[in-house]
Amino acid sequence: MAEVAAPLVHKDYHASKMGMWLFLFTEILLFGGLFLLYASYRAKFPQAFHEGGKTLDVFIGGLNTVVLITSSLTVALSITALRRGALVFCQCLLAFTVACAGTFMVNKFIEWSAKFHHGLIPGSEHMAQLPQGQSVFYGLYFAMTGLHGIHVIIGASVILWVMLLIKQGKVTGEDYVVLENAGLYWHIVDLVWIYLFPLFYLIS
Amino acid sequence: MTDTRETTQATGQDHGHDHGQDHGPLSYRFLTLIWAGLMVLTAITVAVSKVDLGFMNVAVALGVASIKASLVIFFFMHLKYENWIIKGMVLTAFVILAIAIGLTFVDVGYRY
Repeated sequence: MAEVAAPLVHKDYHASKMGMWLFLFTEILLFGGLFLLYASYRAKFPQAFHEGGKTLDVFIGGLNTVVLITSSLTVALSITALRRGALVFCQCLLAFTVACAGTFMVNKFIEWSAKFHHGLIPGSEHMAQLPQGQSVFYGLYFAMTGLHGIHVIIGASVILWVMLLIKQGKVTGEDYVVLENAGLYWHIVDLVWIYLFPLFYLIS
Repeated sequence: MTDTRETTQATGQDHGHDHGQDHGPLSYRFLTLIWAGLMVLTAITVAVSKVDLGFMNVAVALGVASIKASLVIFFFMHLKYENWIIKGMVLTAFVILAIAIGLTFVDVGYRY
């Protein structure tokens, strides 16, 4: 923690964070649009959404909720660890977060595979021939959890990258905004799931 | 988790030079408490969904989700400790989202 030199690089802590938040707003609007679509189709096809929700596995959905919230905790803890100079602990917490992301995606794979087994494959003939409400429900289910899954993969990749930066000493206890911003992204991924879980799995 | 708490628990301002930050890092203990709250809320929302309350099921599920979202935003995402500019920006973004959803429902609600 001794080298606080090299002040030639211009760094603006608050601007970095503000930029990240601005980016997160575009993410909120992206998912917000899909939630809007969900809400209006749900108003149009209440019965199909009710039946569709029942076919989703609340256990796996709940498990994934616990996994994501826990991974959000470990990211938040890692910032504290880094600022206190506990580098090894910080890296362990981040590695745990990435492991949680992996667990989440494995569960998602199991879930989607089960749906594929029943012929529910996005873009398939079978899905197109379902009653309109059902095909809309499963269409939204795949689109929204799929887009969210992509965000999980991106978030985990960003965290891996920050782990490398910490290892190289480019992100430190004094200059940690990169970790904070990666954390913000990860929390948004968690935030989206906090709404996806009740809307798809619980309201039935 | 407690063994690595090598520094003092006080969220003191001993990092006066660190980028104009006003606060020290949040303690491990505090963050873990927020996590525990989120876990309890998750259990509540799953439990309530097993009971048929009609329309209230939707209201409770979204209400609990919003409390969870607030915990994540204010503490995990540190918003409570940010300056008023970022707070105002986040508020604006969510108000715009609420307007978009609200106005759409003025339409959708009367259509079907």
